[in-house]
Amino acid sequence: MDMAVADDVLNQHVIDPEICIRCNTCEATCPVGAVTHDARNYVVDPAKCNHCLACIPPCPTGSIDNWRRVLKVRAYSVQEQLGWDVLPGDVPLEQQRGEVTTDSAPVPAPAAPPAVQAEPGEAVFNGAAFSATLPPWSAAHAYCNLYGPKGPTAATVVGNFRVTEVGKEYDTHHIVLDFGAMPFPVLEGQSIGIVPPGADEQGRAHHARQYSVASPRNGERPGYNNLSLTVKRVLEDHQGRPVRGVASNYLCDLKVGDAVQVIGPFGQTFLMPNHPRSNIVMICTGTGSAPMRAMTEWRRRLRASGKFESGKLMLFFGARTKEELPYFGPLQNLPKDFIDIHLAFSRTAGAPKRYVQDLMRERAADLGALLKDANTCVYVCGLKAMEEGVVLALRDVAQQAGLHWDTLRSALQREGRLHLETY
Amino acid sequence: MSSIDYSEKIPNNVNLAEDRTLKRALEQWQPNFINWWGDVGPEGTSNHDVYLRTAVSVDPQGWAQFGYVKMPEYRWGIFLNPAQADRTIQFGDHKGEAAWQDVPGEHRANLRRIIVTQGDTEPASVEQQRHLGLTCPSQYDLRNLFQVNVEEGRHLWAMVYLLQKHFGRDGREEAEALLERRSGDENNPRILGAFNEKTPDWLAFFMFTYFTDRDGKFQLSALAESSFDPLARTTRFMLTEEAHHMFVGESGVSRVVQRTCQVMNDLKTDDPVKVRAAGAIDLGTIQRYLNFHYSVTIDLFGADQSSNAATFYSSGLKGRFEEGKRSDDHVLKDQSYTVLEVRDGQLAEKSVPMLNALNEVLRDDFIKDSVAGIGRWNKVIEKAGLPHRLQVPHKAFHRNIGALAGIKMAPDGRVVSEPEWNDKVGEWLPTDEDRAFVASLMGRVVEPGKFAHWIAPPVMGINRQPIDFEYVRFG
Repeated sequence: MDMAVADDVLNQHVIDPEICIRCNTCEATCPVGAVTHDARNYVVDPAKCNHCLACIPPCPTGSIDNWRRVLKVRAYSVQEQLGWDVLPGDVPLEQQRGEVTTDSAPVPAPAAPPAVQAEPGEAVFNGAAFSATLPPWSAAHAYCNLYGPKGPTAATVVGNFRVTEVGKEYDTHHIVLDFGAMPFPVLEGQSIGIVPPGADEQGRAHHARQYSVASPRNGERPGYNNLSLTVKRVLEDHQGRPVRGVASNYLCDLKVGDAVQVIGPFGQTFLMPNHPRSNIVMICTGTGSAPMRAMTEWRRRLRASGKFESGKLMLFFGARTKEELPYFGPLQNLPKDFIDIHLAFSRTAGAPKRYVQDLMRERAADLGALLKDANTCVYVCGLKAMEEGVVLALRDVAQQAGLHWDTLRSALQREGRLHLETY
Repeated sequence: MSSIDYSEKIPNNVNLAEDRTLKRALEQWQPNFINWWGDVGPEGTSNHDVYLRTAVSVDPQGWAQFGYVKMPEYRWGIFLNPAQADRTIQFGDHKGEAAWQDVPGEHRANLRRIIVTQGDTEPASVEQQRHLGLTCPSQYDLRNLFQVNVEEGRHLWAMVYLLQKHFGRDGREEAEALLERRSGDENNPRILGAFNEKTPDWLAFFMFTYFTDRDGKFQLSALAESSFDPLARTTRFMLTEEAHHMFVGESGVSRVVQRTCQVMNDLKTDDPVKVRAAGAIDLGTIQRYLNFHYSVTIDLFGADQSSNAATFYSSGLKGRFEEGKRSDDHVLKDQSYTVLEVRDGQLAEKSVPMLNALNEVLRDDFIKDSVAGIGRWNKVIEKAGLPHRLQVPHKAFHRNIGALAGIKMAPDGRVVSEPEWNDKVGEWLPTDEDRAFVASLMGRVVEPGKFAHWIAPPVMGINRQPIDFEYVRFG
């Protein structure tokens, strides 16, 4: 989940200048110093904001909770935002791409397949509008922001394994970090920030990159103060141009015994339900599988203890090919009565492209039954491009099951049962 | 430690259980506080279930937990921002030294005075606002009023904790006195003038929370820089709560202005008589309320030249607003600042040592911040396509403290004669008739989602709840 280079689209955090009262609470709260102001406006620096949402609850006005989908190259700069009297409207991504194409280098088709072609004149899909802002009721309490950029803690690498087949175009690692005696409690679905050593071309220290935790709450190795990450080595940008991702290459090249600077934990909503008979529907692509692995593993450990009556687990997992799918081997070993797994490959030679939303429609009967159950929570994690297709598939499946979609989606959102985390 | 111990009688994150003397002192003070709340807190509300936020920890996730609470059962507690290891003093003669965890003997009297003065404003505003619930324009506004009230109560706790923990017997006596003074009481008034004024209606309440709670924000910001670390940590957390109070004021006035503009446009008139007849508050009255609350509030910053202010700064007791963001030497010994005085019947500028002018520095920062918000009210008028604009009066208008006290001045900054003042004061400050008119609009509206005619609904509800949410369940 290297947010800096994984995709060309940013869900930019902005503040509504018409509602904001300039009380400074967000600036005082922000753990990474991303909020700044002048005499006129309070604004969020897109280069620093890590979407930790720490500023949301303390805002007295609600002006803080605004988001704009923009091309990264077109992100609103701090200067631009300081000049705003009102929030700019949503500009369709296609239009933004068009503008970029005409006045900068030509943009080839994006590497990730667009899930659904936007129809002309249709509003841009905004996944954030569907995602819950609260965790499900039985979520455990998450600790957040124990370590900020001014006071990171150190972790030691105790494992670094490749979890995809050997290939030229892809290389995904499972990295285990141990915190020794330092407290670093995390829950499945939370993320941490890795601060790469050194500085960028301008001589500024690298900013932290965020990665989802891939291990359950009691450690990658149960009872140890460690956790794991799923990191894909970034070798090219979304346009296919060679770029070495700073943090992902640093992480993939780590040796056992190396020390890493860590901040966090982050995230207080993308958390799993813990009550008996709660069901979990997981939909992910690539390294978006990290939180799903964490949740699945926690449920697997509970099941092994014999003391927890789990609900159903259903996983829809997409990758370009079988070889590229992280944890492909171990996934095959999970009992079928424990988890219902569906894998989609979009680039298998000689086979038609299949995306996670295709599988969801195929399994509409089972998925629909789960959606009818108020004990079901749905988690989506992966590339931004999958969001719209997945939500539309959920809608179709729900309607097929005789559910009223608007009622269902608002219940899912209100009750903290639908979570989208894309990058 | 940042989570709050709710199993204790007094919720706290300061390990109160380990300090038995202090715990006993506070537990003796607590029933007196509850009695005070019952006597002069919000009138007739003890059985209402109010949708309030309560802090459960001081980190961003924990301090804004919402739920229904009966106000006398609100968990008032003692919450300090986490300590910063090795915090050093940022300004004054002790700059660079370690921050104090205890009160140095030589600064004891001054620190106590600062804490008592700040602490006295908190119960005062609850007393000033106690009748407002009877005339609320909506459930939404009623809830906001109560939120402000309980948090002012908590701010009193914050100051009382410091007094009881760090000032021994004197502190205990001061803590009792804080519950004995009464806003507007001739024999035992609150310490500061503005806190003895009445808050008779909701326009006054919104103006009060906009201007006077903003004074609170600036005072707290200055104290959040203090070398006395417990005071800095306490006020830092109070600032987070204070933000809601200013939101209530800014959005409240903005909604009043919005409704007025709507009525003016509907009737195509700017005649105040017609606007009033249509049940809205004319912009002239709003401007006069603004003039009053602004001028009364800027008096709160104290005399424009003050050796006490210099002492407080140099000794590290009280910094400036955003001290850490200023790029000067943070000692200010040889610097100067321009203040106003009256010379030969005219206003004139005078350069004085900056250290003596720190009240004026804080006042000017406040003015800048206030003006920005008024600009946002004007945006509402502009958006309605009307040419009128609200503005702050000159800072020498209607002053009662400092070198400008008592001079007769028009809001535009002209020194005027006594007869002219008497002739025009009704255009500049709210008249009895203005107040009576505003009072006549104050009917009680408590049906969820309904708003009194003189005020527009808010843009969004509290804590992402809908506007027609049942914010108060009447017991």
